[in-house]
Amino acid sequence: MDWRQIGEIVSQPDNVPIVGLALVVPFFVWFGWRQARATDRLISELEADPAQAATHHRKPQPYRRGWDRELPVWPYLLRIEFLAALIVTVLLLVWAIAINAPLEEPANPNYSMNPAKAPWYFVGLQEMLVYFDPWFAGVALPVLIITGLLAFPYIDSNPLGSGYYTLRQRGVALWGFGVGFFLWLMLIFIGTFLRGPGWMWFWPGQTWDHARVTYEVNRNLAGVLGIVNPWLGGVVGLAALGLFYWLAGKAIQWLVTRRPLDRKIFERTSPLQYLVFQFFAITILAGLPAKMILRLVFRIQYVLVTPWFNI
Amino acid sequence: MPGLRDGIRSGINGLRAILKTPQKTQIWKSIFRVKHERKDPRTRALGTVGNVFLHLHPGKINRDAVRYSYTWGMGGISFYLFTILTLTGALLMFYYHPTKVQAYRDILYLEHDVPFGRLLRNAHRWAGHLMVITVWLHMLRVVLTGAYKKPREFNWCVGVLLLVFTLLLSFTGYLLPDDQLGFWAVTVGTNMACATPLVGHEGPFGPQLGMTQANDVRFAMLGGTIVDSAALLRAYIWHCVAIPLIAVVFMGVHFWRVRKDGGISGPAPVVLESEIKPEPER
Repeated sequence: MDWRQIGEIVSQPDNVPIVGLALVVPFFVWFGWRQARATDRLISELEADPAQAATHHRKPQPYRRGWDRELPVWPYLLRIEFLAALIVTVLLLVWAIAINAPLEEPANPNYSMNPAKAPWYFVGLQEMLVYFDPWFAGVALPVLIITGLLAFPYIDSNPLGSGYYTLRQRGVALWGFGVGFFLWLMLIFIGTFLRGPGWMWFWPGQTWDHARVTYEVNRNLAGVLGIVNPWLGGVVGLAALGLFYWLAGKAIQWLVTRRPLDRKIFERTSPLQYLVFQFFAITILAGLPAKMILRLVFRIQYVLVTPWFNI
Repeated sequence: MPGLRDGIRSGINGLRAILKTPQKTQIWKSIFRVKHERKDPRTRALGTVGNVFLHLHPGKINRDAVRYSYTWGMGGISFYLFTILTLTGALLMFYYHPTKVQAYRDILYLEHDVPFGRLLRNAHRWAGHLMVITVWLHMLRVVLTGAYKKPREFNWCVGVLLLVFTLLLSFTGYLLPDDQLGFWAVTVGTNMACATPLVGHEGPFGPQLGMTQANDVRFAMLGGTIVDSAALLRAYIWHCVAIPLIAVVFMGVHFWRVRKDGGISGPAPVVLESEIKPEPER
């Protein structure tokens, strides 16, 4: 085993943020989850005891009668903001003194870097190029992700859970966003830590081998099924895509109407809201991992092949 | 000369009085406008509301929102990082020419000859990376607390666009040192644009619509068919002028809407499942 290689990747100055992300995101997820649990405990207490619900201040934060519900911004908020600014400044200065920003050789179009990686926050997009053609991974999917995020508040018809941490009242929305966020981070981690020269997969402990050749042959779905006729292949690919949308839609439908509260929310969702939700959920949250598995495990490159575009 | 001695003495006494209670001087009053009394909530609020730098804050705030645990402070930290980036960026601009001949040498000059130049460049780069992280965490917090819900949907959308601008700012800055790292990262990034459906020369239906290397969307981004001097200048202008200006406008809207949509979203009192109001008629 060669741990120097992964050590080299991890200690690259531009990869420091990713290592930081690996620590910071779990911490904040835990931090939010802990507060959600506290709120959820309070919610179940109040649900069980209407008399208490009528008088309780309804927050997990402590409250005593006579306490002001509001505080002057100066000094109570501003001093925290000032402190936060100080901490960030110190952190940044230490970081800037300790680690130098990378500077490679002057740009040279005749000598390509291998691997040539995008900046870390776009490595996820670059990793998606393995699973989809550039028009989809590099253009359509980012646009879909952004429009999906823009649509997010308009398709969430849940009237509960505005302004407090809770898991119990907002399972679907949190899981939906959480899966997307996790996928994005996972793609970044794969692209940064597991991809080497030629964008080939190198496990931690493996040395980057610039001469490595892979004998993997990528197949298309039609080829796997032994279909030679391109027209028939196209029809089969389209059918497979349709079948996937139908099955994933059914599965998501089952997931979002499992609990009584979710069913109640589902009833408040308009057909348009639901269709938009399903479209984004199937395409991004289900489609991306499905295609990743097809490609990584079954070595299937395209499901649908047409003269103009492939999926 | 008793007159002079008395004059000096009274002058010193006057200075002493000023040092003791500077609030009573005309200069102080002219700067701070309102008297600030610890025990008077009204003047306390005026200290915030009447200050141009602080007036985006309300005078008073939900006592639980002051806690770090609810907001994580990520929105504010992102804004603070943006101001740091603006300052360090402006200083870097003094030493940088966006030309193929000069750019790389300017970075070397900055790193080896300019006093604190390396620190300046490091701080700018790491603040940029840090801002991407804090913006993502801010978004995560807003989702976890349901802070995007009515009436804050639109502000969420403004926030999503600000996230995009943050990434674009970082990306355009990547090319500016004009080294192998930036060159190939931007080459990889912009090559994807070739494949844009309809307007890229390698994208679906692009060739059918007459797209070539020299007229498609990537050409417009780079000002050429490869990442060269025109691309460097374009990246520089987007990075230092255009995107920051657009982002500042969106930030203004973002902060203003936070206030207009009722201030910070919580911690709000919980609503129970049994209290869901029947849906209003559409």
